[in-house]
Amino acid sequence: MDVFFQQLINGLSLGGIYALIALGYTMVYGIIELINFAHGDVYTLGTFFSLAILTLLGVDSVVHGPALIGVLAVTILGAMILCGLTGVIIERLAYRRLRNAPKLAPLITAIGMSFILENLMLYWRGPSPVPFPQVIPNPQFALGAVTIQAKQIIVVLLAVVLMVVLQTFVYNTRLGKAMRATAQDKDAAQLMGIDINTTIALTFLIGSALAGAAGFVSGMYYGSTWFFNGFGAGLKAFTAAVLGGIGNLAGAMLGGFLIGLIEAMTTQFISDQWSNVVVFSVLVLVLIFRPSGLLGESLPNKV
Amino acid sequence: MALLTMEGVTQRFGGLTAVDALDFTIEAGSIVAMIGPNGAGKSTAFNLITGIYTPSAGRIAFAGTDITGWATSRIAALGIARTFQNIRLFGFMSAIDNVLTGEHARLHANLVDSLLHTPRQRAEEGAARERALAMLAFVGLEDAVESYARNLAYGVQRRLEIGRALASEPKLLLLDEPAAGMNPSEKRDLVALIRKIRDRGITVFLIEHDMALVMEISERITVLDHGEKIAEGDPAQVRSDPKVIEAYLGSPA
Amino acid sequence: MRLIAPLTARLPPALRTPRAGTALAFAAALALPFIGRNGAFTNFLADAGAFVLLALGLNIVVGFAGLLDLGYAAFFAIGSYSYAMLASPQFGIHLPFWVLLFVASAIAAIFGILLGAPTLRLRGDYLAIVTLGFGEIVPQTFLNLSQWTGGPNGIGSLDQPVLFGYRFGFNPLPYYLMVLGLIALAAWLANNLRTSRLGRAWMAIREDELAAAHMGINTTSTKLAAFAMGASFSGLAGCALASKLQLVSPDQFMFNVSVFVLAMLVLGGMGNIPGVIVGSLILSALERFILPQTTNFMHNVGLNVDLTNSRFLIYGVILVTMMLFRPEGLIPSRQRKAELHAGQADRRAAAAEGELLTEVIH
Repeated sequence: MDVFFQQLINGLSLGGIYALIALGYTMVYGIIELINFAHGDVYTLGTFFSLAILTLLGVDSVVHGPALIGVLAVTILGAMILCGLTGVIIERLAYRRLRNAPKLAPLITAIGMSFILENLMLYWRGPSPVPFPQVIPNPQFALGAVTIQAKQIIVVLLAVVLMVVLQTFVYNTRLGKAMRATAQDKDAAQLMGIDINTTIALTFLIGSALAGAAGFVSGMYYGSTWFFNGFGAGLKAFTAAVLGGIGNLAGAMLGGFLIGLIEAMTTQFISDQWSNVVVFSVLVLVLIFRPSGLLGESLPNKV
Repeated sequence: MALLTMEGVTQRFGGLTAVDALDFTIEAGSIVAMIGPNGAGKSTAFNLITGIYTPSAGRIAFAGTDITGWATSRIAALGIARTFQNIRLFGFMSAIDNVLTGEHARLHANLVDSLLHTPRQRAEEGAARERALAMLAFVGLEDAVESYARNLAYGVQRRLEIGRALASEPKLLLLDEPAAGMNPSEKRDLVALIRKIRDRGITVFLIEHDMALVMEISERITVLDHGEKIAEGDPAQVRSDPKVIEAYLGSPA
Repeated sequence: MRLIAPLTARLPPALRTPRAGTALAFAAALALPFIGRNGAFTNFLADAGAFVLLALGLNIVVGFAGLLDLGYAAFFAIGSYSYAMLASPQFGIHLPFWVLLFVASAIAAIFGILLGAPTLRLRGDYLAIVTLGFGEIVPQTFLNLSQWTGGPNGIGSLDQPVLFGYRFGFNPLPYYLMVLGLIALAAWLANNLRTSRLGRAWMAIREDELAAAHMGINTTSTKLAAFAMGASFSGLAGCALASKLQLVSPDQFMFNVSVFVLAMLVLGGMGNIPGVIVGSLILSALERFILPQTTNFMHNVGLNVDLTNSRFLIYGVILVTMMLFRPEGLIPSRQRKAELHAGQADRRAAAAEGELLTEVIH
């Protein structure tokens, strides 16, 4: 039973990372119905950007006190801004032209973008795993036989806080309303005077910024990354978005935590060799039996 | 003989009841119309008949067979063809390929025939092409056999869509606002075409907003408002029904 | 096409028909290894031929039926492993190559149906991600089930084909001729499919699935047929390549391979058989000759750039730039060209309408 609770903790922190990535998938899919295959790679880019910022700051070991807050703020915000801009550039260069093209075209382009990003990262940081410095003091708390690490708490907290900020933004601001209106009906939104291009760019900005935050968190959590990291993580996060109900922010969060738990439990009780197989099986089963996801609503066919 | 029967057919979308306990019968060999203000549930009724929606309640029977809940493709193969309010041709297929696709359910080539182009397949394709050419002539498209559907003029596309539907040799043809966007001369041609179709023994059921056209060709008219049937009868009866007048004049739609 | 047009215009009319073109191309392909008389080149042709088979198969799924299959390498893996398990010392089973050609195709097709049956009702983009997941699961499974599959080392010492007592051995020429025969067969079958009741149904589904269902087309079983046919072609390719390399291992079938084959289609022209063949040959040549030789050249002029590492970057660039600027591919089918440019035309029309609206408003 202790093992179960230990994996529960591990799964939740893993899930926090997936949830942050899943938010980007679900936002972009919600607004332009595109599976942005490159999103997982933007997340990896987030880890590399964080690493570059830490190097610039000259930080390569644990930081204490007020300096830690400063380092964390600069690194996370920096990674978020850089990833956000990357997302906007990708949308502008690769997807915008194809908004009215047959569905196949932007999907193929997205796969191509993913390949391009992965290989640019391969050039930048090489084919081997790159270590990520331990900047946060990581005390461990024991609850019976279960150990909780400080960084696990940080992952979950950061995910929840960003989620609340996002939810508030989308439901309580003018721009958020524009996003929801565009997601519902682009033509109608346009007639209401909403600038579709700006709104979609904003969606990519926010979604990719969240992936940037996830990238930092993942580097801190795992202590390393490599150029191909985003492929698997992206697939799992997309599964999370579908599981929660694509287009639904709270659903992406819920799905992220569930996928994290599923992965942790599979690793513990079956074998980590099979964790990908189990997660993809979940994806297939959800799509077959409840394509609208746990929190999504099913909509009638448009004729 | 009743060709199509709907008994207590209801369709709800969430809290909205689009079609409410509709009872409705179409006699074989007739031309009938369904009218009503926008949002009355006419297109939903069509979608229920062709199996896009499965009714929340009620039963639909066609030629003595209960087709409630059947898949669209099975219903089409059984003999119900339709056109769409916003034309849905295969835009990047030629006119004749559109019609040949319409013949799909009447052709028998299986995977092996298609792979190897067996003599059986070639004979069938040849005959299918002949029929398709004849059908294009019937709807007046003999000069546009190889044109992409989407490059045809709007009125011509409407006729091609009817030809594609007829190619499946249906017993019942559903026309969803066939006269929409047509000029008076095109409308006259359409009336003639619909009569010619009925003369081939095909029952025609149309949704249409052009009252003059509806009154001219329909033998029976059903009036829908807010998903409910409010009147039914021949054109004269419907025209003088106070409920119909209220539905049309009483609401801004 | 524009490049070739002036050349073909000079030919006598009898040689300008598609049939004559096909015959000429086939004769040229047959003569190629004898002109070259170069073992390495023939070896390349045989390997490239297997990928042409793959491209022809994926073209049925993506080009004809319009279903984006991102896990196509999984079927290739299943075909290859079928051969490896039934013609090697692994289990001591040694069935004849020519029988296994059909068996492996059939097994791959069955897996196509098994994956497709539950998933083909999904919307197109969900299908893409499910196939991607499948493409990850299959090699992973072959990797994990090491007691049967040899794990990461794969299965080696596969049987080499024998035809009427002639052993193929290690000479690439018979493999090439066999693959060429298979390509001719596959191209003929694919073309037959395209111009049949089934091919029309695929096109109809690609254009408008709902309208297709109203023609009496059972969309699920029709899409399944595309999946099964595509998978069976990859079974042929799997047998051919496995028997030539005498080895299968999980790393031959990763996601990269699926994207490699997809890039062949996108480059050559989705839906167009000659285009797909040309696209496939270009990319194989790029991988085997163009990149290494350019790298050599760069080294000789003192530039230390290794382009062989950038092939995946190049596939990515091909996918993106082709989709943006020439979505119909280098050698398009007439229909696909019109289709893929429609979005732009619609947008121009919408823009014009928008200007009109603003004019009216002001």
